[in-house]
Amino acid sequence: MLRPLLKLRGLSLIAFSALSLLQTPSHAELTIEITGAGANRIPLAIADFGGDQGTSRTLTSVIRGDLERSGLFKMIDASGVAMNESTNPAYGDWKNRGADALTAGSIGPTGDGRQEARFRLYDVNRQSTLAGTAFVTSTPMLRAAGHRIADVIYEKLIGEPGVFATRIAYVVKSGSNRYELHVADADGQNAQAALKSKEPIISPAWSPDGTRLAYVSFENKKPVVYVHSLASGQRIVVANFKGSNSAPAWSPDGRKLAVVLSKEGGSQIFTVNADGSGVQRLTTSSGINTEPFFAADGRSIYFTSDRGGSPQIYRVGVGGGDDQRITFEGSYNVSPRISPDGKSLAFISRRESGFRLAVMDLASKQVQILTDSSKDESPTFAPNGRMILIATEIGGRGVLSAVSVDGRIKQRLSIAAGDVREPAWGPYNK
Amino acid sequence: MKQLIIPALLALLIAGCSSTPDAPEQSGAPVESRTGGNGVATVTAGGLDGRNLPAVLTDPKSILSKRSVYFDYDKYEVRAEYKDLVTAHAKFLADNRQFKMLIQGNTDDRGSREYNLALGQKRSDAVKKMLTLLGAREEQVESVSLGEEKPKNEGQNEAAWAENRRGDMLYNGEF
Repeated sequence: MLRPLLKLRGLSLIAFSALSLLQTPSHAELTIEITGAGANRIPLAIADFGGDQGTSRTLTSVIRGDLERSGLFKMIDASGVAMNESTNPAYGDWKNRGADALTAGSIGPTGDGRQEARFRLYDVNRQSTLAGTAFVTSTPMLRAAGHRIADVIYEKLIGEPGVFATRIAYVVKSGSNRYELHVADADGQNAQAALKSKEPIISPAWSPDGTRLAYVSFENKKPVVYVHSLASGQRIVVANFKGSNSAPAWSPDGRKLAVVLSKEGGSQIFTVNADGSGVQRLTTSSGINTEPFFAADGRSIYFTSDRGGSPQIYRVGVGGGDDQRITFEGSYNVSPRISPDGKSLAFISRRESGFRLAVMDLASKQVQILTDSSKDESPTFAPNGRMILIATEIGGRGVLSAVSVDGRIKQRLSIAAGDVREPAWGPYNK
Repeated sequence: MKQLIIPALLALLIAGCSSTPDAPEQSGAPVESRTGGNGVATVTAGGLDGRNLPAVLTDPKSILSKRSVYFDYDKYEVRAEYKDLVTAHAKFLADNRQFKMLIQGNTDDRGSREYNLALGQKRSDAVKKMLTLLGAREEQVESVSLGEEKPKNEGQNEAAWAENRRGDMLYNGEF
């Protein structure tokens, strides 16, 4: 299990009171460090939740931590105020403290052994209630309830869904030959190993329903594509043909995967049903065609090819044919990922000898480089499209970095005991 | 675990197998472990015992004990200096039809993992092509890629990268 250590720079002091609540003994620590924040953060006060001290503290700190790390909120000091969801807010006092929005709530037993978290969100300036919801939860699921509450607050104030209740997958390499595929909450907590192996694991990809991961495992001394059901641990070999099998990508309806197979010579993109049946070849050009990624509408596939002499990103219809080149700037553009709204393309571009995260607006073809690091890899969009998680390297160590699509907000996720790599951000948790 | 995986892979190779719909479905606990516990893969197929390779393949004085072909940066052709080595392995495979070979292509770690996997495949394919042109049978040789995942040298300099731009030839039981 991973526990976060929050290192907050240049942000309000309230975060440090959250820090003290989160320090518990841990095995491997996932550090989340915020290295940049949004320009216009919404001043938000979150009063300490009422109820049993232990549970309410945890709940409050999860909600504050989530919203703070998003980089879109400025936490206003709420200390010394005892209130819950049924207290009439002293709007004038909160306005004096500088808050535009206020949350108050409580958690208490339901009588059947579970607990109910209730809260209200207030607009301080208009002196009105913006939202009020209750979540029934249990002690083990307390953090999940906190993420749900943070999502409601985020959506009401930002106007788009939050991703605090989502999960991420990534690979941890420790020592020379320990590879673990982990699934964790979006804040890095509750990490669980879905697969442990002495051979590399790469390219995890979430099924659209969030129940399965496709990935490439080298446990048979060659790359083989698996689909792994997370709840049961059941694994299906989806592609184990002669030669290499790699780069799985789900179709938006979850029925098919695009994979790369070398069985017919070169590296070619094929589609295959999620149970491994119905293999169909998609690309025909000689050389390399790899890293497929479905367009949001499922009708075309973006991929990397060296057909023009250097690796560039192309697009092909799912029926094959009508290939179109997408990237032109630079001599190395790889790892295409389409945003959930289908409007932009994240990829890795080699610039000034560094591999950097880039985003292209597909309509205007404008490209923006979002990082100044040198070894960025494997971009993956948050399901709301606001952040992109990448693997990168700092001081020779593999870490994950979350970057907002405007490049302003940056968070770093690392584990002291190993290299973290190959991130994949899961879908909304339904 | 290794002892289980190797025979399983060999069984797949011997069967000339590559298809997946009928590949065995493996079950495990929600949290799997390759090294023990409930999640161990349930493959149990038998296979050749690779620990008894003939001395000609392992004797340091035999050219056949050499298994690596190195490549230039961004290049995928077998260099002239490796012609004798590849020719010797092709002849051994031609003369010993019961032997199979796995060629693993490798790259340095710069750039995309999946793109590097495809580049490593180009290298193993080049070695395989030469072997089959020189007498090895298609079904004896499988070319795969490990991309940048299994570097021989983890250094970040030209000498290390050169060591990792490589194709390795492995016989039954060595993989």
